[in-house]
Amino acid sequence: MSQSYNRGTIESFGRWREFSAGMWAWIFHKFTGWVLVGYLFTHIAVLSTAMEGAEMYTNTIVTLEGLLLVRILEVGLLAVAVFHILNGLRLLLVDLGVGLESQDKSFYASVILTGAITVASVPTFIAGAF
Amino acid sequence: MAEHYSSFTKGGRLWLWQRITAAFLVVVLAFHFFLLHFVYHADEVTFGLSSARMQTWTYYSLMVLFLITATFHGVNGVYNALINQGLTGTKRQVVKGTLIVASVILLVQGIRTANAWAGIGVF
Repeated sequence: MSQSYNRGTIESFGRWREFSAGMWAWIFHKFTGWVLVGYLFTHIAVLSTAMEGAEMYTNTIVTLEGLLLVRILEVGLLAVAVFHILNGLRLLLVDLGVGLESQDKSFYASVILTGAITVASVPTFIAGAF
Repeated sequence: MAEHYSSFTKGGRLWLWQRITAAFLVVVLAFHFFLLHFVYHADEVTFGLSSARMQTWTYYSLMVLFLITATFHGVNGVYNALINQGLTGTKRQVVKGTLIVASVILLVQGIRTANAWAGIGVF
């Protein structure tokens, strides 16, 4: 049987203990979306140093990428992006009427796959930071 | 009775554009991550490498389209999320105006940066 959740008039996050898989998917998608749009503005701001010349841009990026904290944040960004992509695919399919009955299972699959891809990417993302 | 808040506008097309841009971004965002972290690596970034990629017109146009679609999808997503949380009236108009101005600044700055890499004089 498909799950249902009464969202009420305005979303009440105080009822998080009652949330089902679909509700968690909705919250994670919002959270990752906020992070990605925030990063988009930050990303363009950092890349804009290219307008100040080649040396300024290269020095800025090399300095940032030399910080272990930045590398760790990049792994976090990857996790956020991968989840948003996988859950986004799930949403596009559900919108088309595909997999609606198993939307909870596809959410769990998105979470597990996000974890696997993120863990497998750690060595590549950290390379050269030490 | 409390009003039911929804970002969905009957007869509107923004919901459709949100999904069209999503389908595009799923592919291009994955490509962007793969190219810049797995083909090239974070500790190898230089202006010259970025410039070489951006001087290819196919890459330049893909990145500009990526910027435009990501900005629309992200900002429209934020706006929808706020409406779904009950944003209405004057506050809604102020937020809408602020998001539009922020989007225009982001697009202009992003395209100027791409032009700087591509060696296009207008930046």
